Amino acid sequence: MAEFTLPKHSKVKKGKIHPAPKEAENTKTFNIYRWSPDDDENPRMDSYTIDLDDCGPMVLDALIKIKGEQDQTVTFRRSCREGICGSCSMNIDGTNTLACLKPIDEVKGDVTITPLPHMPVIKDLVPDLSHAYAQLQSIEPWLKSDTPAPENEERRQSPSEREELDGMWECVLCFSCSTACPSYWWNGDKYLGPAVLLQAYRWIADSRDESTGERLDALEDPFRLYRCHTIMNCTKTCPKGLNPGKAIAKIKKMQLERH
Amino acid sequence: MTDHSNPSMRSPLGRAKGLGSSRSGVSHWWMQRLTAMGMVPLVLYCLIGFLCFADASEAAARAWIAQPFNSVALILLLGTGFYHAALGLQVVIEDYISSESRRILMLAFMKMLMTAFAAFSIYSVLLITLTNGA
Repeated sequence: MAEFTLPKHSKVKKGKIHPAPKEAENTKTFNIYRWSPDDDENPRMDSYTIDLDDCGPMVLDALIKIKGEQDQTVTFRRSCREGICGSCSMNIDGTNTLACLKPIDEVKGDVTITPLPHMPVIKDLVPDLSHAYAQLQSIEPWLKSDTPAPENEERRQSPSEREELDGMWECVLCFSCSTACPSYWWNGDKYLGPAVLLQAYRWIADSRDESTGERLDALEDPFRLYRCHTIMNCTKTCPKGLNPGKAIAKIKKMQLERH
Repeated sequence: MTDHSNPSMRSPLGRAKGLGSSRSGVSHWWMQRLTAMGMVPLVLYCLIGFLCFADASEAAARAWIAQPFNSVALILLLGTGFYHAALGLQVVIEDYISSESRRILMLAFMKMLMTAFAAFSIYSVLLITLTNGA
């Protein structure tokens, strides 16, 4: 039967309030999702007000400031702080994005930060991405070729063949797109989702790869590929401005071509 | 998805690969689009036909249906329409029914229902046509 009630400990409650230092004039409040596996508590939204005059411009700067100065227990992933590593993906002001690329002044009013939607939470803003990573591994994202590589030389590609890969190699695998996709929410166990399908197409479109047929075989499935209903949340949310929706459409077109 | 309430010792990759690809789906995707395109002229033709005798008597309606070109257009529309509906409902059921057994049962029931609807409506058109609109 359908479940109409939330499981125990899933209702998000109001949390602690951490005020700004008294001398602060230019302040901004961040409401941050908090949940720990170590206690038996419900998730809560803690609120942190910070001095913007003493903070970098991006949401990640604010998170690091909060962790450094107000509450060391706030947990999130981060590394490069310039949109290359893909670690700090989270939902900011209702949109999945990278905290390091999201300017604080783009958010009107308080800034609400929650983990990537519909993924199991490990702690606070850290989602469990092991299934998504396994799905990426399952499409074998590496060059597969029977022709041996030329000796002391790279495998060659014409400039136009290389151009085919533009808009795909830039993906940093932050999974903002997959976790913004309703089809991935409902059927993420089998549907590969936009991030992994974009990577799948990156290898299908590579002129040096010789496994195109096998790759298309592995994708031809009502759940793995055809759960995409062109909702386009993926393209709308991508913090790197890429277009996974278009890559999926190209896979569908190639499936039809060999049908 | 890692099911934290029911921990399994299976590797994430094993879970992601699952039962493998079913090697189907293109046909379904393409037929859904073909039937949609096919229905455009058929719907227009039948709609205009119906509108032209909307105020007429039942006898006039039967006579319109009984004309060979009209009855063929109607039969094509009904066949394509219910086929398209079956393809579309299949997507809805696959999207929202996650229990494997319930999904298979619902898909079978839905396909039988759509086939019955198509058979019943096409039979009705034939009945009128073959009795010459009487």
